[in-house]
Amino acid sequence: MEAQLPATSIIPRVGGLTLAQWQRLGLAAVLIVAVALPFVVGNYRVFQFTLAMIYAIALLGLNMLTGFNGQFSLGHGAFYAIGAYTTAIMLDRWGIAYGWTIPVAGLVCLVVGFLFGLPALRLEGLYLALATFALALAAPQILKYFEGWTGGVQGIVIIKPAAPFGLPLNEDEWLYFLTLAILIVLFALARNLLRGRVGRAMVAIRDHHIAAETMGVNSALYKSLTFGVSALYTGIAGSLGAIVVQFVAPDSFSIFLSINFLVGSVVGGLATISGAIIGGIFILFVPNMAELVSKAAPGAIYGIFLIVFMYVMPGGIAGSLKMVIHRWFSGNAPAVNAGKVATK
Amino acid sequence: MSETYSFPPAAAGAVDALLSVRGLTVRFGGIVALDAVSFDVKQGTIAGLIGPNGAGKTTLFNCLSRLYTPNAGTIAFAGRPILRLPPHRIAPLGIGRTFQNLALFPRMTVQQNVMVGAHSLTRSDYVSNALRLPWARREEARTLEIAEELLEYLGLTALRHVPAEGLPFGTLKRVELARALAGRPRLLLLDEPAGGLNHEEVDELGETVRAIRDQRNVTVLLVEHHMNFVMNISNQVVALDFGRKIAEGTPAEVQANPEVIRAYLGTDAA
Repeated sequence: MEAQLPATSIIPRVGGLTLAQWQRLGLAAVLIVAVALPFVVGNYRVFQFTLAMIYAIALLGLNMLTGFNGQFSLGHGAFYAIGAYTTAIMLDRWGIAYGWTIPVAGLVCLVVGFLFGLPALRLEGLYLALATFALALAAPQILKYFEGWTGGVQGIVIIKPAAPFGLPLNEDEWLYFLTLAILIVLFALARNLLRGRVGRAMVAIRDHHIAAETMGVNSALYKSLTFGVSALYTGIAGSLGAIVVQFVAPDSFSIFLSINFLVGSVVGGLATISGAIIGGIFILFVPNMAELVSKAAPGAIYGIFLIVFMYVMPGGIAGSLKMVIHRWFSGNAPAVNAGKVATK
Repeated sequence: MSETYSFPPAAAGAVDALLSVRGLTVRFGGIVALDAVSFDVKQGTIAGLIGPNGAGKTTLFNCLSRLYTPNAGTIAFAGRPILRLPPHRIAPLGIGRTFQNLALFPRMTVQQNVMVGAHSLTRSDYVSNALRLPWARREEARTLEIAEELLEYLGLTALRHVPAEGLPFGTLKRVELARALAGRPRLLLLDEPAGGLNHEEVDELGETVRAIRDQRNVTVLLVEHHMNFVMNISNQVVALDFGRKIAEGTPAEVQANPEVIRAYLGTDAA
């Protein structure tokens, strides 16, 4: 973003660094931790963190749709399932290398998401939520019905791929780094998309769709394309999920998966990019933590966690962090007359 | 903007109708909101649309932005009929508008709001945005330049990174104006631009609207209740009452028209 600020404006600093510099530093720290992690923790934890990253990719997809574009979906589990089964069928039935199945799963979901997005244009808010809910309800049963391809209730078992090029990594570590690499690429692309003309149009539609149309935004096209891109992200996550879990079965893709995605994106922070990562970690680890607190009623504990989070951080974790950081920086800003109008 | 512009320098020679409305009729159920309304707006002028509440002024604007489809009549912009186009195809023709009750994007910053206004001038898409292709980056820089110029022009520069939500009403009106101008319109539709503004702000707005016409070559059609404001800046005034055109002419002519006086003062309502 060149020419963002004129030379005359003074950029607030905390601890000698600007907000952008702190952000870069924070990102670098997270990346270092992410790269070091598999060498510090055991295989099962590596597997869990891989899954958390996969959820983060799925949540980013959902977040684009719900957080940025304002379209609710209670059915993203279905796109996750489509991605997972595309990979499983290609691997198991056709013997195609797993590396090829990931983009194909994404493209299949892009098309399905776009096509689902077209009729969804006529639905708004709760009605769209119900339509997508129906999609999530139907998905496991449809998967069982096409037994010849999907293996019915039995599902499909997948063999974990080994690290290529003789890399000194075990299967879990390799899948961790593969997922990390895909996550970084997908997050960078999403960030660019959301910061540009398309992202502005998406948010404009969410905030005031009539005004957006008056500015020349083809809201129908943007909404269905956003549905497609959102499904693409979730489908890639599903594809990776199938490979990492080594198994797909209809009942892993119940309505609870969709609801979990919605919970993750809200708790992480709607309309934030980093919220997807926080949400992914949350939906993977917090239910387990709830189980540690009470074996008898983990659901109740999880419920209490959710209520407390929503109460304390109404903008989600990332949203609230952002607010605190901005307050911190504006507290150090050289008195910009933010609220006041400069009348000429 | 501190200069005053003398009235009326209605761009000599530019006599072609930029906008022409013919026989426009809109019915909502049994109510006739617009009844065979016809008028022209000449290039380079400021036209005022007046009338009591419920006269059909905003309905007419919504037909121009294609938010409503009239039951009968035609609208042509620069000689081209527009009633078959969807709403999002209106801005690219060169028609910008503001809204009576503000229609900003509350959670976007002032700058982003104005940048959305340039949507119709730009064309980068999902792929070029995600990959930040060089042409898309140049386009983005140009969009930012357009927005910054307008923020400066309307005295909003200091607020560029502030979310629109929560700013004072008068400021938001200027943000909407900046957003509408960002699409480089040839015709600007202003729906009650002076509504909710104080005395000083109204005077300032009058100067701004004239400056927009003269410096930026924008033809203006505005709906307004504030009579002094309309009569001061308009080259031409169209008066509506109960959906029908009751008068048209220069401000002086319309002010003297007995039908207009009756509509406003309510004497002899029958």
